[in-house]
Amino acid sequence: MPTNLTPAEVERIATLARLELTPEETALFSQQLGAILSYFEDLRRADTTDVAPTAQIAGVEASALRQDASRPSLERDVLLREAPDVDLDAGLFTVPRVIGS
Amino acid sequence: MRPGADASEIRASVSSGGISAVDVCARALDSIARLDPSVHAFHEVTGEQARRCAADLDRGARPRDAALLGVPIAIKDNICTTTSATTACSRVLEGYVAPYDATVIQRLTRAGAVVVGKTNCDEFAMGSSTENSAFGPTRNPWALDRTPGGSSGGSAAAVASGMVPVALGSDTGGSIRQPAALCGVIGLKPTYGRVSRFGLIAFASSFDQIGPITRTARDAADLLGVIAGHDPQDATSADVPVPDYRAALTGDVRGLRVGVPRHLLATGVEADIATAFDRALDELKEAGAIVKDVTLPHADLAIAVYYLIGNAEASSNLARYDGVRYGLRAEAGTTHEMYARTRDRGFGAEVKRRIMIGTYVLSAGYYDAYYLKAQQVRTLIRRDYEQAFADVDVVAMPTSPTAAFRLGERAANPIQMYLSDVFTVSANLAGLPAISIPCGLTAARLPAALQLTARPFDEATLLRVADTIERRTPWATERPPIFAS
Repeated sequence: MPTNLTPAEVERIATLARLELTPEETALFSQQLGAILSYFEDLRRADTTDVAPTAQIAGVEASALRQDASRPSLERDVLLREAPDVDLDAGLFTVPRVIGS
Repeated sequence: MRPGADASEIRASVSSGGISAVDVCARALDSIARLDPSVHAFHEVTGEQARRCAADLDRGARPRDAALLGVPIAIKDNICTTTSATTACSRVLEGYVAPYDATVIQRLTRAGAVVVGKTNCDEFAMGSSTENSAFGPTRNPWALDRTPGGSSGGSAAAVASGMVPVALGSDTGGSIRQPAALCGVIGLKPTYGRVSRFGLIAFASSFDQIGPITRTARDAADLLGVIAGHDPQDATSADVPVPDYRAALTGDVRGLRVGVPRHLLATGVEADIATAFDRALDELKEAGAIVKDVTLPHADLAIAVYYLIGNAEASSNLARYDGVRYGLRAEAGTTHEMYARTRDRGFGAEVKRRIMIGTYVLSAGYYDAYYLKAQQVRTLIRRDYEQAFADVDVVAMPTSPTAAFRLGERAANPIQMYLSDVFTVSANLAGLPAISIPCGLTAARLPAALQLTARPFDEATLLRVADTIERRTPWATERPPIFAS
């Protein structure tokens, strides 16, 4: 298990996380992430044979499922209000071109 | 009404017509204007909205017996409000105005509370010092060169300095209790599911809870009573009746069994904090409580479990900040570049670090070794508490192993900062309610604090102990030199 991550590993994770890191950040994270991941190695000391994982406490089990019925939602123009780029007439969020060029 | 009055006194005065809500509001805004330039507890003060809300109350907008009538309150900036921006103190959400009020805000409004502003916090609540705010750190009212703790440092500092009687914070791994401890006020993290998370900007969804920060147990009881309860908008909110928390404030802890995990306290606790903690236990013994040892065999693994699962959940929750629907966008030629550049510019270093860790532990090939293993150890930590509660009613520890530390002191070393949370994270892992109660001052006149953890939905016992300590000691009445008067 890692003590330092290689810059290539940091870049691979950054791509998965959709983060464009600067070279300085990549260098810093190689060290820091390695140290944090090494700290997690402590968990190996615990015997977890036949121990079920806990993903969530109480809540989900405790509350009944709601009826699968449609309910009013926020208006489209309210939801478009905070977007950085929209086509108000079409009622759409605008992003850089995805298909073709 | 005396200056620096608590919420219960303010509410009584406004209800009886002794003072108007507008006057109360004006006094709070005055003390913020006077003190906040040196403390920076607030990210945004919403004076105009607050004055309008108070004027409505004076015209009878809420019943005279409303639980928080005319009480000024500060709200951590990761809780959504429609009347002002909600940024989670991140550049990525600068100027963002939410399209709905969080459930807790709706409940506070119905109860007659007056929101005076949004408080500073670590970006997306990720931190233990409020230094990770994109808008500059908050200072500790007891010593302006020290941090108030975090991540709800602004809320704790606003209450401790007397700018407001009460505030809301959020607690994912100690973010209500640790700043409350470092600022000498009460901080209560409710049971997971006790308070709706609808409208709380998500950090680690299986840990996050909203809770009160106050100067008295009575105010914590009143505030919790208003915000607690089932909410259909939050699927993890529990449908469990809300008791009358004020009725719990009997001042009687005779026969209460207090468990102390001595094995965790042997190293790393500052001498003055250890002394204050033991003095608090002696006080409880004198009041008739029974103090005994308990063992939490897996507690030393709690920080690793917390930062592993918390960062995994955070990396998923923060995927939504992509420059499309709200917040910052960095222009680029392709969508992929636009996402990546937006997120690099919008997030600070600690947030990126946590997203990277979370993405790593969830990535193909590492999931079982890290994430699954941590979830299994989480089960063991839950079981430790279940076993302890077979024998005792509350578990006691110091809230923080140290008093308030200096600004910048831990900023360069992420792991050292993470270790600040050694006593607080377990309650989040196990979903249990926990409270931080002031227990005197260190030699340097910095607050020390006792933390108590209870069984699920037993906030009433925590409030009863806090109230008992308040009646028997002067600790809750200690004020920093700058306290609003």
